[in-house]
Amino acid sequence: MSLTNYLVLASVLFTIGATTVLLRRNAIIVFMGVELMLNATNLVLVTFSRMHGNLTGQVMAFFVMVVAAAEVVIGLAIIVSIFRTRRSASVDDVNLLKS
Amino acid sequence: MTGTFIAPHVAWAQLAPVVLVLGAAVIGVLVEAFVPARLRRPVQLTVSLVALVGAVTAAALLWHGVRTTGGTVVLGGAMILDGPALVIQGAVAALALLSLLVIADRSSGEDAFSPQAAGVPGSDYEELARRKGLVQTEVFPLVLFATGGMMIFPAAGDLLTLFVALEVLSLPLYLLTGLARRRRLLSQEASMKYFLLGAYASAFFLFGTALLYGFAGSVRLSDIAAAVRTVTGMDTLLFAGAALVLVGLFFKVGAVPFHSWTPDVYQGAPTPITGFMAACTKIAAFGAMLRIVYVVLPGLIWDLRPALWGVAILTMVVGTVVALVQTDVKRILAYSSIAHAGFVLTGVVSLDPKGISGVLFYLLAYGVATVGGFAVVTLVREKATAQLLVGAGGPAAAGASETVLGEATHVSQWAGLGRRHPWVAGAFSLFLLSFAGIPLTAGFIGKFTVFSAAVSGGAAPLAVVGVLVSAASVFFYVRIIVLMYFTDDVEASAAAGTTVVSGRLTGIVVGVCAVLTVLLGVFPSPVLEIVQQAAKFIS
Repeated sequence: MSLTNYLVLASVLFTIGATTVLLRRNAIIVFMGVELMLNATNLVLVTFSRMHGNLTGQVMAFFVMVVAAAEVVIGLAIIVSIFRTRRSASVDDVNLLKS
Repeated sequence: MTGTFIAPHVAWAQLAPVVLVLGAAVIGVLVEAFVPARLRRPVQLTVSLVALVGAVTAAALLWHGVRTTGGTVVLGGAMILDGPALVIQGAVAALALLSLLVIADRSSGEDAFSPQAAGVPGSDYEELARRKGLVQTEVFPLVLFATGGMMIFPAAGDLLTLFVALEVLSLPLYLLTGLARRRRLLSQEASMKYFLLGAYASAFFLFGTALLYGFAGSVRLSDIAAAVRTVTGMDTLLFAGAALVLVGLFFKVGAVPFHSWTPDVYQGAPTPITGFMAACTKIAAFGAMLRIVYVVLPGLIWDLRPALWGVAILTMVVGTVVALVQTDVKRILAYSSIAHAGFVLTGVVSLDPKGISGVLFYLLAYGVATVGGFAVVTLVREKATAQLLVGAGGPAAAGASETVLGEATHVSQWAGLGRRHPWVAGAFSLFLLSFAGIPLTAGFIGKFTVFSAAVSGGAAPLAVVGVLVSAASVFFYVRIIVLMYFTDDVEASAAAGTTVVSGRLTGIVVGVCAVLTVLLGVFPSPVLEIVQQAAKFIS
C-alpha cells in the first residue's frame, strides 16, 4: 500500500478537526477538534519519517503527544472554571467582550 | 539502529540566560509546594527578580563573544545563539523584569490577580479568600516559564524546538490571562478565547512543520534552506508548509487576518500581564519570524512576497482604522499594537540586512513604550464614595471617604487627568507620542529605520502605506492627549470618579520606560550600532 494513502487520511482527519473547531459550539468539542488536528499531524510525521528513513519524525510525534497532554491540562482547567461560573460550556455564551 | 550514543557538546555559557530563567521557574514550582504560605510571595519575588537580572547580565556578558565570532550553534543545532537571537533574549529578559515589577506591585493594597483563581466569581468562597488575604503566587513561575519560552523562540535552530518553545510561551499566558482580580468574567472569557484560538493556530503551525519535514527530510532550518535550493518537484509541500508555519507566527504577532483574539485578550487579561505579553510575546515572535524569513525562505520569496505584502498592508490599515473608533483604553492600545505589528512586518518583508537591525530597534522602542503604557493603565482607577459601599468593606471602611475600585479604562474617564495628575498623564502622553512616531521619541527612530529598510529592500510601496497610516494613527493618539489636558469641564471629569493610586514599583517602571523612550529617541546611536552589529543570522 502506498504511503501516500496515509497522508491523504491524515489530511482528511486534519480537515475534520479544523471544521469541528469552526462549526461546533461546545468548548469541549471544539477542543477535541484541536486534538484531532494534532493527532492527524502525528500521522503525517510518522509517515514522512518512514518515507525519509530517519527517526526525526517519530521523535517529533512523541514531543507533540507531550505538548498535547500539557495543552489538555491547561485547556480543561480554563473550560471547567468557565463552566462553574456560567453553568455552560458553549462558546456562543461567552460574548461579553465585544468592540 | 546500531547504538553508540554520542552525547552532544553543550555550550552551557551560551545557554545561561535561558537556563537561569527556566531553572528559576522550576524552583518557583517547588517553592509553591514546600514553602509556608506566608513566605511564598517574598521568596517567589526574590527568585524571579534574581533570575531575570541574571539573564539580562548573562546576555550582556555574551554580547562580546557573539559580536566577534558571529554566534554559536548550541546543542548540536537545536538552538542558535547569534546576534539577533541574543539581542532579543536580552530585550525579552529586560522587559520581563520591568513587567515583573508591575505584576508584583501591591503598594495600593492588593495586586491585580484573583486571590483564588479556582473560586467561582462572586461566590462566598471567593469573598472569604479575599478577606483572608490569599495570594496566587503561582503567577511568578508562570511568568518565568513564559519568559523562558520567549527566549528560546527566536533562537530555535530547528522546527521541533520552535514548536516546543511556542507552546512553552503560550500555555502559561493562557492561564495568566484568566487570573484577573476584577471583572473576572471578562478575564475568564478572554482566557478561553485565547486558549481555543491559540491552540487552533499552533495546530496549523505544527501541520506546517510536518509538511516542511516531509519536504526536506529534516527539521533543521539550515537543512530546509538547503533543500529549498536543491529539491525539485515537491513545491506543494514546501509552499503549504511555509504558509502554515507563517500563519502560526502571524497569529502570535497579531497580524491581520489572524488578529481577532488580540483586542479581547488584551482587554480581559490583568493589565500587568497585558503589558508583559503585548511587549514580550510580540518581540519573541518577530524574532522567530525574522529567522524563518531570512534563513529558510529567501529561495521562495518571490512566490510569497504578494501574500506577505498583503498581510503587512492589511495589518497596518485595519489596526489603525479600527483603533480610531474604540472607546476603551486597553482596546485602543491593543489595536495600536496590531498596527505596530504591521509596521514591523514592513521591515521583515524588506529582506534587506538593514531590515533586521530596523526590526530589532523598532521592537525595543515598541516594547519599552508598551510596558510603560500598560503600567500607567494599572494606576488610573475608578473610585466610589463610602456610602455606595456599605457592607462590602464592613464598618472599618465606612469611615473612609472613598474606596479605590478597578481600573478606569473608558476613555471618557481619563478626561482632565493631565491637570490633576500631570506626571502620570505626562508619561502616558510620552508613550502615545512614541507609538505615533513623533520625532525625539524612540518610536520615530524605529519607524524611520524600518521604512528606510523597506525602501532599500525594494518594498517602497509598503513604506508609503506605512507613512500614510502612521499619519492617520496620530489622530487617535493625540485625541487621548487632548482629552487628558485640554478638557474644559474639569469639575465634571473629576466627579466622574477617576483617581490615580500610588504604586511605588509601577511608578519606577513608568519612569524607567519614559526615560528609555526619550533616550532611544534623542541618542539612538549606541543602540543602533549594537543592532547593526547584531544583524546577521548564522545557521
